[in-house]
Parts: sequence; C-alpha cells; structure tokens
Amino acid sequence: MDATTIRKDFPILDRAVHGRPLVYLDSAATSQTPNAVTEAMTRYYEEANANVHRGVHALAEEATERYEGARARIARFVGADPRGVVFTKNATEGFNLLAYSYARRRLGPGDVLLSTEMEHHANLVPWQLVAEDAGFEIRYVPVSAEGELDRETFSAEVATGRVKLFTVTAMSNVLGTINPVDELAAEVKAARSDAVVVVDGAQSVPHLPTDVTAFGADALCFSGHKMLGPTGIGVLTAKPELLESIPPFLGGGEMISNVTLEGATFNEVPYKFEAGTPPIAEAVGLGAAVDYLDGIGMEAVRAHEVSLIEAVLPALDQVDGVTVHGPTDASRRGATFSFAVEGLHPHDIGTIMDREGVAVRAGHHCAKPLMRQLGSPATTRASFYLYNTPDEIDALVDAIRATQRFFDI
Amino acid sequence: MSMEDLYHDIILDHYKSPRNRAPELEGSQVHVHHSNPLCGDELDLRLRVSDDTVDAVAFDGEGCSISMASASAMSQAVAGRELGDAEDLAEAFRLMMHGEGVKREDDLLDGIAFQGVAKFPVRVKCALLGWMALRDAIESYRSGEEARRVTYDDGDEPA
Repeated sequence: MDATTIRKDFPILDRAVHGRPLVYLDSAATSQTPNAVTEAMTRYYEEANANVHRGVHALAEEATERYEGARARIARFVGADPRGVVFTKNATEGFNLLAYSYARRRLGPGDVLLSTEMEHHANLVPWQLVAEDAGFEIRYVPVSAEGELDRETFSAEVATGRVKLFTVTAMSNVLGTINPVDELAAEVKAARSDAVVVVDGAQSVPHLPTDVTAFGADALCFSGHKMLGPTGIGVLTAKPELLESIPPFLGGGEMISNVTLEGATFNEVPYKFEAGTPPIAEAVGLGAAVDYLDGIGMEAVRAHEVSLIEAVLPALDQVDGVTVHGPTDASRRGATFSFAVEGLHPHDIGTIMDREGVAVRAGHHCAKPLMRQLGSPATTRASFYLYNTPDEIDALVDAIRATQRFFDI
Repeated sequence: MSMEDLYHDIILDHYKSPRNRAPELEGSQVHVHHSNPLCGDELDLRLRVSDDTVDAVAFDGEGCSISMASASAMSQAVAGRELGDAEDLAEAFRLMMHGEGVKREDDLLDGIAFQGVAKFPVRVKCALLGWMALRDAIESYRSGEEARRVTYDDGDEPA
C-alpha cells in the first residue's frame, strides 16, 4: 500500500489552507472521501434514484438493488449477517436504538450496565437517558495512567453477576487504545449467560480488520463518515435474533407489515428498524467506501498505520515539552494521538497549527469523563489514516515547534 | 486576516504577565465560576464592590491565551467604574466581538486589542469569557448571591 498513490483518489488533499498545503490530521473526527465514493453517489442519483422497497418500476428496483447491495457488502466487511445490519444516521443513533429498545426494556432494578471511562459521549449519554426510567445502575471501568482499562476492576464488577449489559469502545477516540474486546466479552458472558455486549466500532472499524463473530459481541455500532464514506449514514450490526426480540425504535413507513387504526405489526429485521425513506445515496456511498477499503485490504491499512505510529511516537518524543497520552506499544494503539504541550493551551495550538496548514482537533473530543481522568479539560489530537504520509509527521512536528516559537516557549 | 491580528502583542503580554490574576480577593462579596466546555476554559472571578463601584476584580483559571488575556485586560478596564458603567463597558466589548462596531474605545484600555478576535468566530467566546463572568458577578451582587456557577454549552462538538 502506497499512501502517495492513494492520495490521488482524494481530491481534497490537494488543496491549500491559508496558503499552505493541507496536512489533514483529523480523520478520527471525519475522514476524507475518495472519488470512488462521491462517484457512486452521483451515479446513483444520475442513473437509479427512486424510493426503495416500494415501487414496481425499474428505477425503484435498481435503487433497491444498490441499497441492498451496499448492505450485503458492509455486512461482509465486518463479518455480520446482512439481516443484522441496520442502517442508521450514525453510530450515535445505533446506541440510542439499543438504549431505548433494549436496555430500557430488558434491564431493571438490580441490574448493572457496565461501561468504561474511555467512552465517547455517544456511548454514554443514551444509556444515562434510559437508566433512571428503567431503574438499572451504570458503573464504569476506570482507565489506568497508561491509558488502558483497569482489568482488575473490570473483573471484579463482572464477578458480581449483576452485569447484564457491557459496552466498550474497540478503540479510544482520544487515546488510540485498542481494547481486547474478545477477552472482555468472553469474561462478561462467562459470568452471566444472558448478558449482552455492545461494542463502539466508530474508531476501530475504519482502521482495523473487523470480525463481529470474533469479538463475541452482540452488537457493534459505527459511522460511515469516519471510514471514507459520506455523513448521514451509520450502521448498527447485531445478532438478528436480538433484533427480532426487541421492539422498534422509530415508527413510520417501511418498518411495518400491516397498519390499522388500532395498531401495527412490524416488518422483519432489519427493516423493522429502518422507519421512513432511508439515506439511500449515503448507503450506496458507504458501500463504495467499503469496496475501496477492501480493494486495499484492511490488513494493509493497519500495517500502514502501525508504521506511522512507530514514526510518530519517537518524533513527538523529540519535541521538548510534548507529552503523548495513551499506549506506547504500536500493537495496542491506533494512529490517534492526544498530546499536551507544556505551557500551551490546545485551542491556541490548534489555531496556530491551522495557520501552518495542519488540521488537528483541540478540545475534549466528546469524552469529558476521560479528560477529567487525564487531569486536563482539553487536549490536542492528531489522527492519521491510510492517506497520511511520513512527510506529514514532519509537518506536525514543525507546526508544534512553530506554535512554541510563536508563544516564545 | 493574519495570525498577528489574533495574537496581538498586547494580548500576548497579558497572557504572559496577567494582571489581577489571583486565587483569592480579600473582602470580595461575590465569586462566580464560568466555564466553556467546548474549549475546556475555566474561569473564577471575584468581585469586590464598594459604593456601587467596582473596587477590584481578581480572576483565576485555566484556558487559552485569548480567554486569560482578555480577563486580565478586563480587570484593568473596569476597576473604579460604577457597576452600571462596567456593565455598559462589557456590552461595548460584546458588540465589538460580534463585529457590531467599536464603542468606548478609550475606556476599554487594552481590551481594544481584542478587536481582531472578531474575525475568528470560534475564538470569540474565549475573549468574552471574562467579561461575561463580570456581568454575571455584578448581577449576583445585586441579587445578594455570593456564588454562582455558569456553564456555556452551545451543544457538543462532533466526535
């Protein structure tokens, strides 16, 4: 895999920012989109635009074919049954669906929903919203100074036998930490056979080969726009039996099999969870993104990112005053780096780096509990993807040094 | 718009050598805590009033250069002003930040150096933090409250 060649597929990477070549290091927030994705979406609108699953005419059939074709390819990409692949707006909607349709009904007083202190708000707030009504308790696994989950506390929580739902990110959006989801899921299920495991794949699915079966999890949520796809489309994959056993989340057209004025019976899964006209072009775009990633191979994507990690960590280590949070072992982390620069606030760093053409993220990264744990309300985050090159590591380091010079530190 | 317009020398000077930055203020009647979760800025402001006049302001906190420098410049500009007058000056600063013209240019003292921040919309709230805390502290004083916490949260950042 050659990042320089790959960049040619991403026209936006050629643009300048404030008169400097763009160095895009914010893929953990939103990745850039290759031509193949925008072209697939344009082709859909130019050749086959119609509503899905309803018309008897040719366009409706072709639209349905492209929409369902995308579902099948996305299912294969993560090793899931297509009947368990629900298109959502984003990963956030997937968690909300599970919180309202599953947790609110199946968990009650005495039950524990076990989460972790490194979760994104998307995987915290939906559960909090239903916990009070349903009467279950939410407990959290702490994060160690090295940015890993505290396995002892995890085991102790699980051993109580009260954990009925465990939710965890496969990769932290702040620290880059890769969690051993398979081991954690096995431990949860061994302690309580009716426990379910929900995985946040928003950061891992774009960067690591994914097999939901190997995770041993019941559900996995991820977003299209972090994996070269468009915004407005995400995926909840879950075991079809689980989806069959729970009520719909949103009601409307498409998700019903029969409606009377007294009530409705619901369509089969996954359609039961796709009320209304879905984001068809976006699903087609995500299907094209998955094809693009498959063409390169997720093993190759991961290998490229490991080589970047092995170069970024020593490069940042060379800069006085810079501290990188999270694991130092490339095999235990992704290419997302949150760092602190002594004497400088992330917002100032982000602003000056932007003027150097380097796009990074400054803030709490929607993970305030974790930021509190790190003892800092905000960090600067540089996140890499398959189109980033070693030259851009130099640009990152130069931009940090430029910031230090500017503030005379 | 250049970097230098945002980080004016006067701003950098206030950032590096803040005026009236202290964790306590003797005899202060009001303490307000303001935070801006979007950037993680935290600001404590203490106000001492005598004869309906700002006798002294002390601020402390953690935040970006713009927020801390602006609080520092504010603390000088409002000292000795009658409460209503200080509120009026805060309003003049707010309007300047929203690009709605510059009023009371001389009274703002070093606060005028923040004019360029108006061109960086994401940083406007940083510059306003100290001034809004002051306005809130005056309101608290008038209503007889001793402490108040305010969090500015205009929705969350995307992941």
